[in-house]
Amino acid sequence: MLRYALKRLISLALSLAVASVVIFAVIEVAPGDPASFMLGVNAQPETLAALRAELGLDVSRPQRYLNWVSGMLAGDFGTSYTYRTPVAQMVADRLWVSLPLALYALTLSTLIAFPVGIYAAARRGKPGDLAVMGATQLGIAVPNFWFAMMLVLIFAINLRWFNAGGFAGWDNGLWAGLHSLTLPAIALALPQAAILARVMRSALLDILGEDFMRTARAKGLSRRQALWRHGVRNALIPVLTIIGLQFSFLLAGSIIIEQVFYLPGLGRLVFQAISARDLIVVESVVMLLVFAVITVNFLVDLAYAAVDPRLRSRT
Amino acid sequence: MSLLEIHNLSLSIHGAPVLDHVSLSIDPGQIVAVTGESGSGKSMTALAVMQLLPAGTVATGSVRLDGHAVLNSPEDEMCRLRGAAVGMVFQEPMTALNPVKTIGDQVMETILIHKAMPRDAARTRAQEVLTRVGLPPDRFPLSRYPHELSGGQRQRVVIAMAIALRPRLLIADEPTTALDVTTQAQILDLLKGLVTEYGMGLLMITHDLAVVADMADRIVVMQKGRVVETGATDHLLRHMQHPYTRMLFQASGHRVALPAPPAPAPLLEVRNVVRDYRLPRTRLFEKPVHHRAVDHVSFTLNRSERLGLVGESGCGKSTLTRAILGLEEVQRGQILLDGQPVFTGHKPNLAVRRKMQVVFQDPFGSFNPRHRVARLITEPFHLLEAPPTGSERQHRIAEMLTAVGLSPDDAGKYIHEFSGGQRQRIAIARALMIRPELILFDEAVSALDVSVRAQILDLLAELCAAYDLTYLFISHDLSVVRTITDRVMVMQSGKIVEQGETERVFADPQHPYTQTLIQAVPKLPEIGQGAA
Repeated sequence: MLRYALKRLISLALSLAVASVVIFAVIEVAPGDPASFMLGVNAQPETLAALRAELGLDVSRPQRYLNWVSGMLAGDFGTSYTYRTPVAQMVADRLWVSLPLALYALTLSTLIAFPVGIYAAARRGKPGDLAVMGATQLGIAVPNFWFAMMLVLIFAINLRWFNAGGFAGWDNGLWAGLHSLTLPAIALALPQAAILARVMRSALLDILGEDFMRTARAKGLSRRQALWRHGVRNALIPVLTIIGLQFSFLLAGSIIIEQVFYLPGLGRLVFQAISARDLIVVESVVMLLVFAVITVNFLVDLAYAAVDPRLRSRT
Repeated sequence: MSLLEIHNLSLSIHGAPVLDHVSLSIDPGQIVAVTGESGSGKSMTALAVMQLLPAGTVATGSVRLDGHAVLNSPEDEMCRLRGAAVGMVFQEPMTALNPVKTIGDQVMETILIHKAMPRDAARTRAQEVLTRVGLPPDRFPLSRYPHELSGGQRQRVVIAMAIALRPRLLIADEPTTALDVTTQAQILDLLKGLVTEYGMGLLMITHDLAVVADMADRIVVMQKGRVVETGATDHLLRHMQHPYTRMLFQASGHRVALPAPPAPAPLLEVRNVVRDYRLPRTRLFEKPVHHRAVDHVSFTLNRSERLGLVGESGCGKSTLTRAILGLEEVQRGQILLDGQPVFTGHKPNLAVRRKMQVVFQDPFGSFNPRHRVARLITEPFHLLEAPPTGSERQHRIAEMLTAVGLSPDDAGKYIHEFSGGQRQRIAIARALMIRPELILFDEAVSALDVSVRAQILDLLAELCAAYDLTYLFISHDLSVVRTITDRVMVMQSGKIVEQGETERVFADPQHPYTQTLIQAVPKLPEIGQGAA
């Protein structure tokens, strides 16, 4: 198990290194010089040169890459071209919204999907299963911003249980922060839960047809006992894969929901940075997201091995 | 009173009749074998006793287990009986165990689910039964996972789970069909021993009469959901009444007459072939370890000769087959067909490849279900530089289908319209299509019922006479190899340990491994032959 984890860790480090090169290269080939963009078309060549030196754009590309990577390792992500503030601080502020939101949504989606998926699988073809299949079909088809608007309409405007948007911040306590993230988290979680519930259901149905489920029944386990003791854990592998993918999506892909609820999250930061050609911010956020995705994949790999002993020995 | 009493049991699944007035009984300490071909209803009979029938089954009649009426009895009552009063062992040991739980947990579960004893005692009992089935905890700790065990060892774990609570009745559904002959002999011994030791009744389901001939007290022969003949083993084998029983008996010992092979002229030459697989490294900088699947194998297959290759699973016969077909490159040695190498450089030699065809084991998985038969059997044409077209092609299709005993009209059908035996005929037609010089039969009759197998063997004998076939027949089934080959090679851990004329090797095996193999093959007693 330890060797397996170590191997995964090495592959994680390599992926990060490769990703950093690719991101740097892509940003480099993108047209437009940030300095001339910031100063406008009428800038004096001397001013431009001074700004380029200040931004560290006047050295060779490999040197810039090394500066960028070594800066990141030391926690220095550079200075935003547009806001003239340290990128690290900007990203950290936004991360304190996006990361809790993603975790919140993922927790909700898992809490909904597991029981629903297991319930449907246990009642295959019966009314309960059909209802779940219909509801999840709808959950996948309806875009999450529509859910978001409906939630705002019902719970914020009519019932006044929640604010329609904005983020209270963590300074007013954990509860206030969670409260303001609840509606966005639900809006994000519903479509994800629908997908996850379907994956759980079909994975379990595959397992229910396995020979060892029949063996379990022959030992005297009831249908329900066999499902819980032998079915669920075996069905976890595909479910974990989807959870990993969903987390990555939730972290970066919630820009529309952030827009609807007016949340200061990573998605909006990237969007604004791209519009303003603030490449250093784009670079940093993308690198951060890559780091998050690769780390999540690493955790999912560890979870696979925890679930399935065959992966542990096959190092 | 009998331990198990099945009386006039009839079953239908969604209206389709499966069992028709089946009656049989088992006494404590008695072994009753139910035999018949696939679709005869023997497994359904077993599942009816367990009440683990598929959804939509309607049952009438009565099944009494130790005095309890089990048919249509409530589910929670059945849960109390299953595992405690009656245990069951299944056919596929490779998939019968949960891959993510240890063998100890799985054996203990039988005990704990019935709340028979506290956890500590259950652990001790699990160790005892695992020891009893031949997996002592000092060599096979309870913390082992199924994937760390071989097929035979897994079947022992399944048996341990089934007997952990000393049930009065044990049901074994084809318990050895998926195992090698030597492992099969050990598992049968174990089951026999358990019956005597615990005084259990054993209901043994098998398609192979020979397996139960020297083990069962009674034999029940089933055909199409009905019991056609039943009796004490000795008596039944001596005085078979029903034609179906006789047919089964004859088919399982079926012999064919092959035309005499001509003077030896080498076709396939395998010289000193070595195939290594690199094993995953266990430490980062150690030298990679290799597993030698084929170890300096040399042999010659003459034109128009029928050569057999036997050995247990994992002995390297599949690897050797793939190497001959040019599907895998070998590390050392040479494989020549008609003097030309099957591998040139690092690529298979197409000129040689088109002289070989292969027939695989699984008649269900080896065809594309969306193509018609005509397209399926003409697939080898793509190996030819100028494949026949138009009427010549139609003629070839018709000729081949007729040759394998099908009708030319079958060319327009899809594969799902055919039975297993017919599919294997189609596979043979596909192999013969381009008149290859060499055919490889890889367990080609192993998945078939005995009567169908007998027909396919007859077909092969006919085709040998008509088309002058040269083939390599790879099988773990020694009785088939004995009748369908002129010469045989015995393979053990990558090496050919014995080769020679088939009759000579079977009658007078020289190598100890060959002797063990032949010893382990279940034999039908001679007595039946006279009556049949």
